[in-house]
Amino acid sequence: MKVIVCVSLVPDSTTKVKIAQDGKSIDESGVQFILNPYDEFAVEEAVSLKEKLNAETLAVTVGTDKATEAVKKAFQMGIENGVLIKTDNEIVDTYSVAKNLADFINEQKPDLVLLGKQSIDFDSSALPSMLSELTGIPSVNVVVKLTIGDNKVTAEKEIEGGQEIISTTLPVIIGTQKGINTPRYPNLKSIMAAKKKNVETRHSTYNENATEIIKMELPPIKGKGKILTDGANSVPELVKLLREEAKVI
Amino acid sequence: MSKKVLAFIDAKDGKFKNPALEVLTEANKLASLLNTESIALVIGNNSEESSKSFGNYGIKNVHYIDLTKLNSISGKSNFSYSHSAFSKVISEFAKANDCNIILLSANSLGKDLAPRVAVNLSASYCPDCTAIKIDGDKLVATRPLFAGKSIADLLLKNETKVITLRPNVFKVEKLSDEEATVISVDPVSLGITESDFSVIVNDVVISSGKLDVAEADRIVSGGRGLRSQENFNLIEELAEVLGAATGASRAVVDAGWRPHSEQVGQTGKTVSPSLYIACGISGAIQHLAGMSSSKCIVAINKDKDAPIFQIADYGIVGDVFDVLPALTKEIKSVVSS
Ligand SMILES: Cc1cc2nc3c(=O)[nH]c(=O)nc-3n(C[C@H](O)[C@H](O)[C@H](O)COP(=O)(O)OP(=O)(O)OC[C@H]3O[C@@H](n4cnc5c(N)ncnc54)[C@H](O)[C@@H]3O)c2cc1C
Ligand SMILES: Nc1ncnc2c1ncn2[C@@H]1O[C@H](COP(=O)(O)O)[C@@H](O)[C@H]1O
Repeated sequence: MKVIVCVSLVPDSTTKVKIAQDGKSIDESGVQFILNPYDEFAVEEAVSLKEKLNAETLAVTVGTDKATEAVKKAFQMGIENGVLIKTDNEIVDTYSVAKNLADFINEQKPDLVLLGKQSIDFDSSALPSMLSELTGIPSVNVVVKLTIGDNKVTAEKEIEGGQEIISTTLPVIIGTQKGINTPRYPNLKSIMAAKKKNVETRHSTYNENATEIIKMELPPIKGKGKILTDGANSVPELVKLLREEAKVI
Repeated sequence: MSKKVLAFIDAKDGKFKNPALEVLTEANKLASLLNTESIALVIGNNSEESSKSFGNYGIKNVHYIDLTKLNSISGKSNFSYSHSAFSKVISEFAKANDCNIILLSANSLGKDLAPRVAVNLSASYCPDCTAIKIDGDKLVATRPLFAGKSIADLLLKNETKVITLRPNVFKVEKLSDEEATVISVDPVSLGITESDFSVIVNDVVISSGKLDVAEADRIVSGGRGLRSQENFNLIEELAEVLGAATGASRAVVDAGWRPHSEQVGQTGKTVSPSLYIACGISGAIQHLAGMSSSKCIVAINKDKDAPIFQIADYGIVGDVFDVLPALTKEIKSVVSS
């Protein structure tokens, strides 16, 4: 069994976003980058298939040199091989990322492709579906439980207020959601082992963008709120404000 | 006249959720701006008659696909629907009807289908959009990035554009009592075949029957300040009198007090209800990321310096164990009076 995990490097979730000089990107100075939190579930799922079924595992990322960090994090968790699909510039268009990954997947012919359900920088939640259409491989995103039988795949997808039980066949593309597993912490041994591994670099196969960010701003700052300080005694006043001023109840 | 604007709607038993009406209203608005027509495509069960009501939102022509008829093409039985078949239907319909702007709700179905449709139509894709502007012959879509910590304007460069609308952000505007013409479409005529059913939904398990935070117009959320799982009855009681959904911070989800489906924040759900009440939640940056675009934010926290007060419109500095019961009681009495 061959498993490919798509990983991305994103700003740490505590990042205070600052807008860069150009007015259309974020100022990256002082920003700490991490493996996308949802991708940890995808990596864990791959590594456990390696342990259980002796699956061959490979992590791939699309981006500039900096993105290799994401593959290295995947190494630390136990992924065997890694590839950087190198782009000249930071790409922000999901379709462009999907095209590069799809070309790679078509070449590699994996049985399973794992991704996070969403990247926490661009929050598109689009790649699993896009990859599916580009490769002809079925996909299910936002998966909280995955069962792989001989050729049959059953996935539980989280939806509003419940779950969908979905069936399909291998090969399959899965986007992982919290709940599917508990990602391991790399130990010293695995961190040391990861240091010896190489990330293979390839050149990107697609560089067009279907979308372009033309402006980026911080969200509008709220005016100072009305904060009442007398505990339960403030309740009648709060309710009055919500009714008469905010008109929300 | 330029090409048409298409609103995609999924329907069950003749019922349409609010986000569906938001999609219709926005499709009609865009079409007027572009001096063209907006049409709707509905896939559903027993919803043909009620689709006529789309006329109220300015849509004159509704194209209706009966779900049972669509599913019968699969040759399989006993399943609800197929994501892969839906996306093929939308893509082929858009091509056949000359639509170059396709709007869907950013609900879990829309988020799954829209990227597929975008690939099929070689379209520019903007997910989770909060505003759409027409600038000459350009379409610019606004969307939050970095979990709402920044707001970006995205130029959609390709001729065809697929956009999902963040629920609860766009307004629903009923324009008239007019009825739309509903045209029944045979999915076979769109070229749907058995092979389009590669991914099927066997079953839909509704975990609680409760309103989901992602769809709710009012939310009462609890954090670690509630101190235990049992104490969440205070949250549920307030939610009940308000007809609100219950939400939670990650701290309480990690503690196992509440299900992950209730988590609001960067690694939970993004919400923009008209009322969000945060109880015993400190307001960590990852929590704010998921709810800061709520229209009215109310915070109840015993620490006057808790960061949640910085984005709150209203708040009470106090103990949730005193404030919540009093608040529930007060709201109950004013609502019934
Ligand atoms: C990668 C990553 C992703 C994350 N994603 C999310 C996310 O999606 N959503 C999320 O919520 N968090 C997320 N977090 C966690 C976040 O950083 C905070 O730890 C979490 O939001 C804190 O939850 P809390 O406010 O309930 O708890 P605390 O921070 O412990 O706050 C409890 C609050 O309750 C108040 N309080 C205590 N007792 C009372 C009382 N009796 N009456 C009134 N007030 C009281 C206290 O003053 C305090 O302000 C994430 C963290 C990371 C690292
Ligand atoms: N640049 C990238 N390279 C490889 N995989 C990516 C990249 N960006 C996103 N992904 C994967 O796609 C998932 C969904 O991302 P998105 O559609 O951008 O929200 C992420 O969780 C990753 O697994």
